[in-house]
Amino acid sequence: MAEIQLKSLAHSYSDMPEGPDDYAIRQLDHVWHKGGAYALLGPSGCGKSTMLNIISGLVQPSEGEVLFDGKRVNELSPRDRNIAQVFQFPVIYDSMTVYDNLAFPLKNNKVPASKIKARVHEIAEVLEIQDKLYKKAKNLTADEKQKVSMGRGLVREDVSAILFDEPLTVIDPQLKWKLRRKLKQIHEQFDITMVYVTHDQLEASTFADKIAVMYGGQIVQFGTPTELFEQPNHTFVGFFIGSPGMNLIEVQRCARGVCFGNTNVSLEPWQVDVLQRTRSTNIKIGIRPEFVEVSSVASDDTFEAEVMDVEDLGTYKIVTVQLDHEKMKVRESEDFAASIGSRVYLSFPKQWLKLYMDEFLVQEQD
Amino acid sequence: MQKVQNNKAWWLVLPVFLLVAFSALIPLMTVVNYSVQDIFGPGQAFFVGTEWFKEVLTNERLQDSLIRQFIFSGAVLLIQIPLGIGVALMMPKSGIKGSLCLILLAIPLLIPWNVVGTIWQIFARGDIGLFGWGINQLGFDYNYTGDTLDAWLTVLLMDVWHWTPLVALLCYSGLRAIPEAFYQAAEIDRASKWAVFRYIQLPRLKSVLIIAVLLRFMDSFMIYIEPFVLTGGGPGSSTTFLSQTLTTMAIGQFDLGRAAAFSLIYFLIVLLISWLFFTAITHADKEK
Repeated sequence: MAEIQLKSLAHSYSDMPEGPDDYAIRQLDHVWHKGGAYALLGPSGCGKSTMLNIISGLVQPSEGEVLFDGKRVNELSPRDRNIAQVFQFPVIYDSMTVYDNLAFPLKNNKVPASKIKARVHEIAEVLEIQDKLYKKAKNLTADEKQKVSMGRGLVREDVSAILFDEPLTVIDPQLKWKLRRKLKQIHEQFDITMVYVTHDQLEASTFADKIAVMYGGQIVQFGTPTELFEQPNHTFVGFFIGSPGMNLIEVQRCARGVCFGNTNVSLEPWQVDVLQRTRSTNIKIGIRPEFVEVSSVASDDTFEAEVMDVEDLGTYKIVTVQLDHEKMKVRESEDFAASIGSRVYLSFPKQWLKLYMDEFLVQEQD
Repeated sequence: MQKVQNNKAWWLVLPVFLLVAFSALIPLMTVVNYSVQDIFGPGQAFFVGTEWFKEVLTNERLQDSLIRQFIFSGAVLLIQIPLGIGVALMMPKSGIKGSLCLILLAIPLLIPWNVVGTIWQIFARGDIGLFGWGINQLGFDYNYTGDTLDAWLTVLLMDVWHWTPLVALLCYSGLRAIPEAFYQAAEIDRASKWAVFRYIQLPRLKSVLIIAVLLRFMDSFMIYIEPFVLTGGGPGSSTTFLSQTLTTMAIGQFDLGRAAAFSLIYFLIVLLISWLFFTAITHADKEK
C-alpha cells in the first residue's frame, strides 16, 4: 500500500510537443491517499488511461514525477513498483487453467504453495468462479475471462495499489452492478489503495469515496460525489455529472448581476464584486435541473418561461422550458401537471445558482 | 428448411475433379502401374503383384538410407525449430533495423537449391573455401569429402543456414501478432522473461510452429539437390538420403518397377508422418 503522488506531471505522446493540444495530460499535481477508493472519471480520450498507465509504469511521463510514499519511481518498471492493474479487455493466459491464471502473479512473487492455494480460493469465491477453477481459461465466456483478469489483479496482498482501467466494459449490466459492489467490499476488506477509471458517473459514485473528474488532460475537480453534484468546480463537471447535466447559460455583466436577452438575474454581492473586477468575457451561470423551482404563479423573483417538452421517466419528469431563447431542463416530481406550451414561473435559489468565469466556478472568499 | 435432393450438383465438382485427376491422380497411377509390373521393353511387361514392394522393404541399401533420412530430418527439426524461435525473439520489433533483419534473413531463402549446394561446396573446401580453410587454420582436421562426420556436419550446417530463416520468419510474424496487452499484463504480474516465453509467446506461436514443423519435416525428408551437389552422397554412401537412392535406382539403373514401388512407400511415409504430427499437435489442444 502506498500514497501515490503526481508532481507537475505532464505527458505527450509526440516527441516534440508544440502546443497544449499535443499533450494527453497537461501539467497537474495530484495525490491519491493511502487506502482510498478513488474513481477517475471523464469522457473518452481525456487522458484517464494515460494517467493510469503512468502510475503503473507502463508509460513514462514526458514531464514531472510520480512518487510512491514520497519516493520517486519514474525509473521503476511496473514490476518494481509492485502494482496491480486490470485492463479494459480480458487478458488471460490461454494455455493455463483458471487456477493457474490466478496463481500466476503469486508464483512469480515466490509465495509459498499453501498460501497460494488459500488465496486463490479466497479470490475465486469472491468473484464466484470457484466451480471454474480447473477449467482451461480459454474456454470461458467473455465475462468469466474478465473476472479471471480481475482476479489476477486482486490476488496479490502486498501491492502498492490496484488500478482498474474500465474493467467492466465487457460485462453485462446486471453482473456489472454486482461486481462493482464486490470491488467495494474487497476494498473495505483489504484496505488497498484503488483507482478506478471509468466514463460512467454511476459506476464512479458507487465505487469511490472520492472522484477525480478529468477533462482535456486535466483533473478539473477532485471530491466526493456530493461535492461534485452540489459544487461543480468547472462547467464540465456540471455538465458531465448528473442526468441531465447542469443548465449552463452564457451571460453578460449587468448592474447587480448578470443578464441574457431581456432577463436580468441578480446575484449575491460578493459575486457581483468579483464580476466587477474581472476583464473576462466568458461568463456563465449554472443551476442543476433538480434545484430550479417551478411555480404556476408569478412573484417577485420569478422568470416567466414556456414549457417546451415533458419527458416522463416513471419516477420523475424532465421538463424542458424556454426562458428568453435559452432552453433549460428542470427535474420535477410525477405530479407536475403543466402541459406543453403553457406558462410557468421559474426561480433560482441563490445557494444553487453558480457563477462560472472562464469555465471555472467563482467561489466565495472567506 | 426443405432439403432438395438433386444429384446434378455433382457436376459442379467435376472441374476440380478433373484438375486433381490430371495433376495428381493420373501421374500417380502410372507409378502404381509400374510398381506392380516387371517391364523389359515395349510390349514386354509382366504382372508381378506385390513382389517389388516385398523386395524394396527388405533391401538393405534402402533401409540404411531410410535410417539416415530419419536421423537427418530429426536433427534438422531439433536444430532449426529452437534456433528459428530464438532468432525471431531477438529480432527488433519494428523500424529500419527490423526491416534490415527481415531482408538479411530472407536472402538464403531466395537462393536456388543447387546454388546453395555449390556455395557450400566451395565455402567448405579446405584449400580455397573460407570456412574449410578457417577451420583447418584453427587446428581442426576438417575435410568433408573424406570424413563422414565432417560431411554430415557440413550438410546439416548448410541446411540450417538455408532454412532456419523460414522458421524464424514464421515465428516473427507469429510474435508480432501477440497484442501488446499481454506483455503489459505479464509485466504487471511480475512474470519473468522465461514465464513470458513459456506462457504467452510459446502458446501463441503454436499455429505457426505447426506449419514450420510440417514444412521443415517434409522438405528435409525429401532433400535431394543440396547434399547431391555438396557431397554427392559421400563419402561412401554416408550422406546418401532417400531421394538420391531412389533417383539412382530409377535413372541410373533404370530399375523402374523397384523404383516405383519405392516411390509409393516414400510418399506414404511422408504422408503418414505429417498426419501423425498434425493430429498429435491438434489433439493435445482439444482435451477438456
